[in-house]
Amino acid sequence: MLKNYLKIAWAVLLRRKFFTFISLFGISFTLMVLMVVTSLFDHVFGPQMPERETDRLLFVNNLREEQGEGYSSSGPPSYYFLNRYVRRMQTPEKVSVHSVFTQVNSYIHNKKLALDIKHTDQQFWEILDFHFLEGNPFGAQEVKNASRVAVINQTTRKNYFGAGPALGQTIEVDQVKYRVIGVVEDVPVLRIQSYADVWVPITLKSQEFKDTGLRGGYFATIKARQASDIPKIKEEYAHIIRQVSQLDPKEKKQVHSYPDTIVESFARSFLGSGKEDKVGFLYTMLALAAFLFMLLPTINLVNINISRIMERSSEIGVRKAFGASSNTIIGQFVVENVFLTLLGGVLGFLLSAGVLALINDSGIIVYSQLGLNLRVFAWGLLLCLVFGLISGVYPAFKMSRLHAVEALRGGSK
Amino acid sequence: MIQLVDIEKVYRTKTIETVALSRVNLFVERGEFVSVMGPSGCGKSTLLNIMGLLDDPSSGHVAIYGQPVKTHSDKQLARLRNEKIGFVFQSYHLIHDLSVVDNVELPLLYRNVSAGERRKRALAALEKVGLSARTKHFPSQLSGGQRQRVAIARALAGNPEIILADEPTGNLDSVMGDEIMDILLRLNQEEGTTIVMVTHDEHMALKTNRLIRFFDGQQVADSMVVEAQI
Repeated sequence: MLKNYLKIAWAVLLRRKFFTFISLFGISFTLMVLMVVTSLFDHVFGPQMPERETDRLLFVNNLREEQGEGYSSSGPPSYYFLNRYVRRMQTPEKVSVHSVFTQVNSYIHNKKLALDIKHTDQQFWEILDFHFLEGNPFGAQEVKNASRVAVINQTTRKNYFGAGPALGQTIEVDQVKYRVIGVVEDVPVLRIQSYADVWVPITLKSQEFKDTGLRGGYFATIKARQASDIPKIKEEYAHIIRQVSQLDPKEKKQVHSYPDTIVESFARSFLGSGKEDKVGFLYTMLALAAFLFMLLPTINLVNINISRIMERSSEIGVRKAFGASSNTIIGQFVVENVFLTLLGGVLGFLLSAGVLALINDSGIIVYSQLGLNLRVFAWGLLLCLVFGLISGVYPAFKMSRLHAVEALRGGSK
Repeated sequence: MIQLVDIEKVYRTKTIETVALSRVNLFVERGEFVSVMGPSGCGKSTLLNIMGLLDDPSSGHVAIYGQPVKTHSDKQLARLRNEKIGFVFQSYHLIHDLSVVDNVELPLLYRNVSAGERRKRALAALEKVGLSARTKHFPSQLSGGQRQRVAIARALAGNPEIILADEPTGNLDSVMGDEIMDILLRLNQEEGTTIVMVTHDEHMALKTNRLIRFFDGQQVADSMVVEAQI
């Protein structure tokens, strides 16, 4: 039966070329935009290098202090807070403390190079899955000794050393010389927790360690032993925050900070009040935006479908006469529409691959590697099906109600 | 086999009421070849549509094998049409986008029949109507007579016990019309298929067993053909 449906769907597509073009253009363009957005979403929130095990990773990148009379301030936590309280947590497998990346200047062959530098501990390399193209990360000894060593990304390597050797060579960043000990693949700027051009030992910033304030310019990355430990880690962290809030009862200070997954962190920063992560709200907003974006082409496709199916009223009459129930007719037209949508989806997929390649080449998003992986494909497929069902069900339902005799009368010879 | 009891069909619009059928009582026996005649607009096609469960009467009831179908759901009616009834229309109503053999397979699509079995039965039906050489053709590549033969093959494919034919020779010349009539007669005589045929053609009607005449929605005559000829 399915083969018969597909056969007729294909024949109808070929017979009405203009309708087919309009339908496919609308579907493929809509799905292209949605797939590009999905790819971007996956790029920002999905398990990507070096944050592959996202289900086991939590990030601390904000701390808010609330004092009386509604005064509050927030920003990245201090090294003191993270080192003293977070690093000592019992539940996680590992905790890394690292600085927020900062832009510094470097000069090479009399040319200024703006580089983003990040100071990290050795756990940073153990928790995250950087892809080393050359050499190795710095270890505990180099961190302890505050060695002037650096791991650089491949673009910095290219800018500095071209095709020549990089390991053991020196780079000068912000008037400090570092010996290159490793080269990693570029990390996209959207991965703010791990992104940088140059990574150096955190102890080179030890002058900041003495500041006992709670806020500073540091992040923590926490790795759970297993995904199921995440709630326990959050619980332990909440306990720490309660303790920190009560350190000086006279101050009546409230401290808020949360270890978040990537999505939670984003939702809390942009949508939440700080106390709630608002992930549900984020997903609802995204689903609503996708729905509204699809609404117009869907209405358009519904209209095209109705006129396309109207032309086939004779066929509906014949099918009913020979035993098709109204539900069978609905099934047939929905299958046909899903087939058309999947066809548009394939075109949309190809178009989005082109657009993503353009975005990657344009450098709009630094070091972006937007691509169409299996996850994006699965989402694209789901969107195609939703789009196909939404735009197919109503016309099919409307036409299935057509009385067999009426349908036969309206048919052509 | 098919029983119509006190059937009335009235079409109503805001301003006008048209009586298409009035108090029709009819019983078609198994194996009969019944022709229905009458002037245009007298209700012949409406009668056939009601018999074929494609249309509901305004009042009265239809029974197939003694079972009233008034309370049947859409699905039950579809099943009954699929298993018991085959239709042949004046304007063929073939699906243009499907090949001859795919058109003939249509009734079997709505049964639990494997693709191989469907194809086998469709080819057998096409052979019965002498169209084995045209299975891969599309309706637009066939003459009117050939299209009607495809339509008959489609009606036969499901092996129905009743064939309802609405002016099956109406769009054909006399030679082709005779060919189609021969096929229907053979089906009735050799396979015992019950046939009800609406026709304008007295010559065709006289080849059947029983002739029913309609006028202004009323059944005005019902006689065996031999008697009618006398």
